[in-house]
Amino acid sequence: MVKYIPNTEADRQKMLADLGAASVAELFADIPAAVRLNRDLDLPPELSEMELAAHLGALAEKNAALTCFLGGGYYDHFIPAVVDALVGRSEFYTAYTPYQPEISQGTLAAIYEFQTMIAELTGLDVANASMYDGASALAEAAVIAVRKTGRTKVAVARSVHPEYRQVLATYLAPRQVELVELPHEDGSTVADLIGPQTAAVVVQQPNFFGCLEDVLQLERLAHAAGALFIVSVDPVSLAVLRPPGAYGADIATGEGQSLGLPMSFGGPGLGFMAARENLVRHLPGRMVGATNDTRGQRAFVLTLQAREQHIRREKATSNICSNHALCALAATVHLSALGPAGLSGVASLCAAKAAYTRDSLNAVPGFTAAFAAPFFKEFVVKSSYPWDKVKARLLEHKLVAGPELGRFYPELTGHFLVAVTEKRTRAEIDRLKAALEEVAAC
Amino acid sequence: MLKKGDVPLIFEMGAPGRQAFSLPANDVPAKEPSWPAELRRQAPPRLPEVSEVELVRHFTALSNLNFGVDTGFYPLGSCTMKYNPKVNEVLSRLPGLAQIHPYVPDELVQGALQIIYELEQYLAEIAGLARVTMQPAAGAHGELVGVFLIRAYHERRGNPRQKILVPDSAHGTNPATAAMAGYEVVSVPSAARGGIDVQALEKVLDDSVAGLMLTNPNTLGLFDENIHVITDLVHQAGGLLYYDGANANAIMGYSRPGDMGFDVVHFNLHKTFATPHGGGGPGAGPVAVSAALVPYLPVPLVDFASGCYRLNYDLPYSIGRVRSFYGNFGVLVKAYAYIRSLGAAGLKQVSSDAVLNANYVMHHLKQYFDLPFERACKHEFVLSGKRQKEKNGIRTLDMAKRLMDYGFHPPTVYFPLNVEEAMMIEPTETESKETLDLFIGACAAIAREAIDEPEKVHAAPHTTAFGRMDETRAARQPDLRWRPKEEVPAGNAVRG
Repeated sequence: MVKYIPNTEADRQKMLADLGAASVAELFADIPAAVRLNRDLDLPPELSEMELAAHLGALAEKNAALTCFLGGGYYDHFIPAVVDALVGRSEFYTAYTPYQPEISQGTLAAIYEFQTMIAELTGLDVANASMYDGASALAEAAVIAVRKTGRTKVAVARSVHPEYRQVLATYLAPRQVELVELPHEDGSTVADLIGPQTAAVVVQQPNFFGCLEDVLQLERLAHAAGALFIVSVDPVSLAVLRPPGAYGADIATGEGQSLGLPMSFGGPGLGFMAARENLVRHLPGRMVGATNDTRGQRAFVLTLQAREQHIRREKATSNICSNHALCALAATVHLSALGPAGLSGVASLCAAKAAYTRDSLNAVPGFTAAFAAPFFKEFVVKSSYPWDKVKARLLEHKLVAGPELGRFYPELTGHFLVAVTEKRTRAEIDRLKAALEEVAAC
Repeated sequence: MLKKGDVPLIFEMGAPGRQAFSLPANDVPAKEPSWPAELRRQAPPRLPEVSEVELVRHFTALSNLNFGVDTGFYPLGSCTMKYNPKVNEVLSRLPGLAQIHPYVPDELVQGALQIIYELEQYLAEIAGLARVTMQPAAGAHGELVGVFLIRAYHERRGNPRQKILVPDSAHGTNPATAAMAGYEVVSVPSAARGGIDVQALEKVLDDSVAGLMLTNPNTLGLFDENIHVITDLVHQAGGLLYYDGANANAIMGYSRPGDMGFDVVHFNLHKTFATPHGGGGPGAGPVAVSAALVPYLPVPLVDFASGCYRLNYDLPYSIGRVRSFYGNFGVLVKAYAYIRSLGAAGLKQVSSDAVLNANYVMHHLKQYFDLPFERACKHEFVLSGKRQKEKNGIRTLDMAKRLMDYGFHPPTVYFPLNVEEAMMIEPTETESKETLDLFIGACAAIAREAIDEPEKVHAAPHTTAFGRMDETRAARQPDLRWRPKEEVPAGNAVRG
């Protein structure tokens, strides 16, 4: 009946005979009547593979195909075909956490390569094997700072992704840690609320508005107060922008979706975390290290496990168990395909096209670039028109931009983000400009 | 120099100037970026420089060093390493599902929202609870949401309480999660039949207890027959019950956590609902809750009204968020496809065969190894290697490694902690009787080898590409990243 179950009725009878049981139901006899389900689950009838493919195909069709200028943490970057071809090898995706290193060197070596690439990109000493996403990675970094310093406040820039700040608040709530919000002026953070109880200063580079923060100044203020400096970064930007390790950050985290993962309506993406050497035993989650096997061959193992939940239980640095290993593999293949020149090429194309887009839109009456700060691939547009009108006009041209910022920042209602990746062509950018001109004209 | 047999690394391949990537020419006017010099990168990151062929061969070579469910039998207890249907992989990559940005307006992603909404209905029905959040990215992440919800529930009543109870057989994520949510962890012992010791539970229950975290069947694979007594006792003390859904593969269509009296349940879609484990994720850990806990769920939820699905952020008592966006949507699609493929009867058949297979293997192995609890198991069971350790000096770890020589992935070992030299075996429903018989034969052979040729078992594995690892060295001299030879500290001989 179910093609994923090999047992035939004859197999079942043979197995039951060995067990001395009359029926499979007997094996469930210890479930008390009071908690037994005495009806079928109320679920839709089963579908054949053909029906299933048709059904999901129809659901997929209900999602509009649009030219994407959306930003806010996920981006429409190009993914070379080799990424899916290699990540799609089922020796990778049907394995689990490499508890048995003798038969898991593929996953282990790939994670070691991933850790190396994240350390290289961020300019920091060590990276872990991955986290769930950029937001939870940032929250776990703040938890490290609170545990390490024993202080009671975390200062977070208001220009950090609003959803990341929500996650930070949720993670810190039970610890009685006060979240202090650092305001921004013209898109850049003002750090006058850092004090002796500040465990960490948390910023994003480029920030949620796309603006480059003065991370050098923020680092000085954070460390002068004895706080850890934690930066959430866009990994693509690190091909061209100064890496966190080079301006004194203690921990860098980020969202790795831009490194070879489809947007997939927001997940699965990839959280990453890199830190200075002195924090290595405070890091959450898996880490892979090099060693030798009994035959003298270089090989890799999960290591420094005395930090983790399966050893330390309630004293662990985090409860994280499964991470996003396959997404880390995708990022590893992606970065290997691009190499330093490819990644820098992508970053430069994004920057050039974003700059062209910003200049183009700035020339449309009623639309201005909201902030003057330098930016990378994303920027905020201030609009004189209601968002619904702008959005509807863009959709007529099969374009989508945003998100609109009023939902996160009431003071920026009507403003919206525009992100431009290497995939956007000049023709598409000109179409975006034309659509906004139509808004202005009617 | 790389020696024969060393695992290769991509950094040791290629040559400066190679790449496996091409970009179109810039079609907009070139303009020097306005970045200040001190914010620019000085030296490029040292990423690999390889051609596409080198890239493909390297990762193909690495994949050949891995053992997955598609390679062979993988009875890793508590992990439910069942077969991952190929069609679900293909469907989750449909452009209309894989290429949607999370901030596309609701009205243009009705298909995606419908999948989330309907999957919520299915999981709520399977759990016997009111609503489900799809946000958690993994089982442990779901646990965290669950305990945050318990905390929010008590806080609204004026006192978050201080303690979370966990059984001594609990997975490490349970106490770690409770601690992350600010709770003191109190361990509750198991009784003679493997379930919770009810008298011991009564002794620790008072108004300082926020909740009890439990899985049923528990990590021994045993259904706790006192489950209703336990949930009633905790509720009477004002506490809530958390169900760790790691073992849900045993009970689909037979019993529902909500009906047992649980208030919060997380499912591991990568266990019960056949989405791939990915070498350690991405999974998904949706959390189902009773009506009393719905107000505290993370935002957003997907609601349906006037023929339209929409993201609802208006939950004033919400715990907030535990991640960006809405969940691991790509994983949710696969679980959705799995449930639609099987339907109610198919899911019940899954649990029937998972339990039958486990009992069959247990029945045939109990003559060779100690079985701490002699009763019908559910989807998995735990053996003890105590006999081999005491009589032959062979530890469970040795036998696990020896299984690799027979072509099998070892079971989970040394867990749960309340069984000495534990071997936790979960065959799953997707294995044939022939495979189970081969596995039983291999275990029996190893039990004999432990007596007749202990050295052979002790030195295993012999036929794998790698032998046992020097884990002490890895921990004492952490080498967590590749560096060019000239930067490797003196005395570090890991890379030859």
